Amino acid sequence: MPEDDAIRCDACPVLCYIKPGRLGACDRYGNRDGQLVRIDPHVVLDRALSRGDSVVPFLDRHQEWDGNIVSSPGTFVTAIGAGTTYPDYKPAPFIISSEVEGLDMVTVVTEGIFSYCGVKVKIDTDRHLGPERNIVRAQGEAVGHVTTSEYGSQMLSLGGVRHLTGGSRGEGTVTCETLLNLCNGKTVDLTVDEGATVVVQAGKPPVIDNVMEERMRVGCGSATIGMFAKQWFGKVDEVVVVDDHITGVLSEHQAGKLLGVPETGIKIKGRRSTPGRYFQVAEPGTAWGGTNIEDPLAILQAFKPKVAWPGLRLLMVSTTGEHYAYFELDESLRPVSQDLPVELRESVARIKENCEPALCTVLFMAGAGGSLRAGVTENPVRLTNSVRSALTRVTCGGAPVYIWPGGGITFMVDVSRMPENAFGYVPTPALVAPIEFTLKLSDYADLGGYMDHVRPLQSIAPDDGRRHVTARPENPWPLTKAPGAR
Amino acid sequence: MKSRAQIQRLPDGRRLYLHDGPMDVILEAFGPPADVRAAYAAATRRFATILDELCSELAILRAPARTDGPAPVGVVAKRMASAVAPYATRTFLTPMAAVAGAVAEEILSAMTAAARLERAYVNDGGDIALHLAPGQQFVVGMVDRPDRASLFGSAVLEADQPVRGIATSGWRGRSFSLGIADAVTVLADQAATADAAATIIANAVDLPDHANVLRRPARELAPDNDLGDRLVTQDVGALTAREIASALESGEQVARSLLSEGLIRAAALHLRGETATVGMPLKKYVLDSYPHDRSLIHA
Repeated sequence: MPEDDAIRCDACPVLCYIKPGRLGACDRYGNRDGQLVRIDPHVVLDRALSRGDSVVPFLDRHQEWDGNIVSSPGTFVTAIGAGTTYPDYKPAPFIISSEVEGLDMVTVVTEGIFSYCGVKVKIDTDRHLGPERNIVRAQGEAVGHVTTSEYGSQMLSLGGVRHLTGGSRGEGTVTCETLLNLCNGKTVDLTVDEGATVVVQAGKPPVIDNVMEERMRVGCGSATIGMFAKQWFGKVDEVVVVDDHITGVLSEHQAGKLLGVPETGIKIKGRRSTPGRYFQVAEPGTAWGGTNIEDPLAILQAFKPKVAWPGLRLLMVSTTGEHYAYFELDESLRPVSQDLPVELRESVARIKENCEPALCTVLFMAGAGGSLRAGVTENPVRLTNSVRSALTRVTCGGAPVYIWPGGGITFMVDVSRMPENAFGYVPTPALVAPIEFTLKLSDYADLGGYMDHVRPLQSIAPDDGRRHVTARPENPWPLTKAPGAR
Repeated sequence: MKSRAQIQRLPDGRRLYLHDGPMDVILEAFGPPADVRAAYAAATRRFATILDELCSELAILRAPARTDGPAPVGVVAKRMASAVAPYATRTFLTPMAAVAGAVAEEILSAMTAAARLERAYVNDGGDIALHLAPGQQFVVGMVDRPDRASLFGSAVLEADQPVRGIATSGWRGRSFSLGIADAVTVLADQAATADAAATIIANAVDLPDHANVLRRPARELAPDNDLGDRLVTQDVGALTAREIASALESGEQVARSLLSEGLIRAAALHLRGETATVGMPLKKYVLDSYPHDRSLIHA
C-alpha cells in the first residue's frame, strides 16, 4: 500500500494511520508534516513569574484598583494548541470561565483558521527594496507586494486570500509557509521584483542584499540639517545630507539661513523642492541614504566660481551617519577628499546615535469570519457588536490586538508579543492562529453563547500536555478590564 | 506507571469523565450517594480495559457484518456485532458503526450491576445509554447538528417506555458518513442498536451524485478506516429546498422501515434547518424556556 505519507500513531492501541494534515480517531493526535503531534499542549499563560514557588505574583491581586472591576486571576488560557473545531461551526474547543472576584468571566478559546489573513511587514530602512506595488516573492512564488512606505521604513504586504487560495497550489503553499514562518519568528528570504533581496525576521534587523541594516535614518536629509545645523555651524562651510527622499543642503536650508551660513555656490543635481531641499538626487538604491550613490560627488555639479572659494570645507553625510565624506575645494574649486576633522566626527557620530536600531516588525492581520464567530455564539453578529462596544476583549495568544473599525472583526497583532510558535497551518492552505474572546459570563449568555460548553478554569488544570508560559510584561493582562469597557 | 485512561470527576462534582484513546465518555448516576460512588467505581474499573479489548479484535470489527463470518469474543464487541447483524444482508455496515453505543451500554450495565440507581446515563461522544428505575424520567434535548449545542427538539423519556438508547450520526460528526444529514438522532431500546440505526439512516439522507456534495474515498482520509474506498461526505454546498426535501425523504423511508421492524422507536432527521421526524412525537423546543436543571443535554 502506498501509504508512505501516512504515519502510524502509537498513542493508543487503535494505532491509527493518519494522513498528513489529518487527525486520528481521537481528534487529539494528528499528522503535521509527517510528525505525530498532539493538538494540545495547550498554552496556559501564567501571570506569575514562575509557577508553584513562593514568589508573590507581582501586581497580582494588589494591583492598582481602577475603581470598577476586579483584579483578575493569575492564569489565562490562550488558544494556542486549543485545537480548532475545523471547519469552524462547532462550539470553540475551550470555553473557560474564571471567577474574578465573584464576577464570572468567560474566555472562549479557539484557534481560528484564517484564509483571509496576512502580515504587514515594516522594514526599518531607507534602502530601496523595490518599486511600490511590485511583487514580493519567496522561493520564486508571489507572496505579496511592496506597499506604501512609511517614515523611515519600507512596507510589505504579504499573504492574503488571493495568494493563499487564489493562485496556483505552489503559490498558496509557499505563501502559507512564509506567513507561518514570519508569524512564528523565523527568518524568511524575500525578493522584490526589480528590487532587493531581503531577509526578514520579526524583531531582528533586516538583511538587504546581504547587508545587515543596523540603523534607521535619523530623519530625512532636510530634517537632519535642521537637527544638526547648530553643531555644524562654524566647523564646516557646507553640509549635504544625502537622502533618497529629501537631500538637505545646509547653506540653502532655512536652518542655515537663520544661523547666517553664507552661500557656498554649491549646485546639486536633482529637483529642488524648497530652498535647501532636493528630491530625486539619484535613483533609489541600497547605498548612500537609500540612493544608488556610491560616490557622493556624483550628485554635485561644479561649484559656482563667483561664490565658492578655494579651501571651502564640505561635509557629505547620509541620514544614518553610516556614509560620510569630507572634502576641501582646491584652487580650481574641485572637491578633494580629506580625512574627517576631529571636530566633525562628533556630529557624524551623533547622527548615528540618533538613529534607532532598524528592525523588521510583523503584524498579523486577519478577519474573524462568520464561521469562527459561530464557534463562540449562535448569533455571530452579536459577538461583533460585543467586541465593538468593548464588552468583549479580543486577544491573540494573550497579546492585545487592534480591532479595525467598521464591520466584522478584523484585527492586527504584533506577533512578537505572542508566545513562541503560536501559529500553525492547515493544508487548505490557511493559517491557524489563536484567538480568545473574554467577556463577562452574563454577557456571554446574552449574546447566545454556548453556555453548556463553559467550563471552569480548574477543569483544565491537570498539567500533562499543557505548556505554561510566563506572560509578557509589556502586554496588558487579558483578564483585566479594558480601558473604555463598561 | 500512569494508566493511559484518564478518569476524573468534572468540576461540577457530579459527572464522571472518562477518556481513553478515541473514547470520551461523560456519565452521571442518580441515587443514594453510596450507590453513586459504587456505580462510579464500577464504571472506572470496567472502562480501564475496554479499549484494549476492542483493539485486540479490531480487524474483525472493521470487517462488514456477515452472518457467516468469524464472531468476536469480547463482550463489547459482541454487543457491536449483534447491533449491526440485522443489516448484514441488506447493506454495508461494520460493527464499528455501533462501537460508541456499545461502549456506553457496557459501562452502564457495569454501573447498574454494582449499585441500585434511580437514573443514570452514559454518554459516549453523543451516543447514550440510559437507565431509568420505575417512575423516573429523562428530558433529552436534541441538537440540530451533533457538534453544536443548539436544541431543535426535546423528548421526555419515561421509565415505562422502552427507549434506553440514543444515538446521533451525521457527516459533521467525528465519524465518516456516506450521507449528507447534519444529524440523525435515533431513539431505540439499546444504545448500540440506536448507534447502528443512526448510521444507516444518516447514510440514507443523501443526494447521490449531486455536484455540490464533496465526497472522498474514506481511505484517502484515513487509510485504515472501515469504510475503505467508499465515498464519504466532506462538504455539502448549496442545496435547493426541493433537494433537501428529497434527501430527507430518502432517509425517512429507511427510518420508517426500521421503525416497522422494531429496530428503532423514533428518529429525527435534520438537514439544513429542516427536520423530519419518524415515530414518537418530538416536542418543538425553545431554548430560553428550557429548565435550568435539565437532566441531560445531548450535545
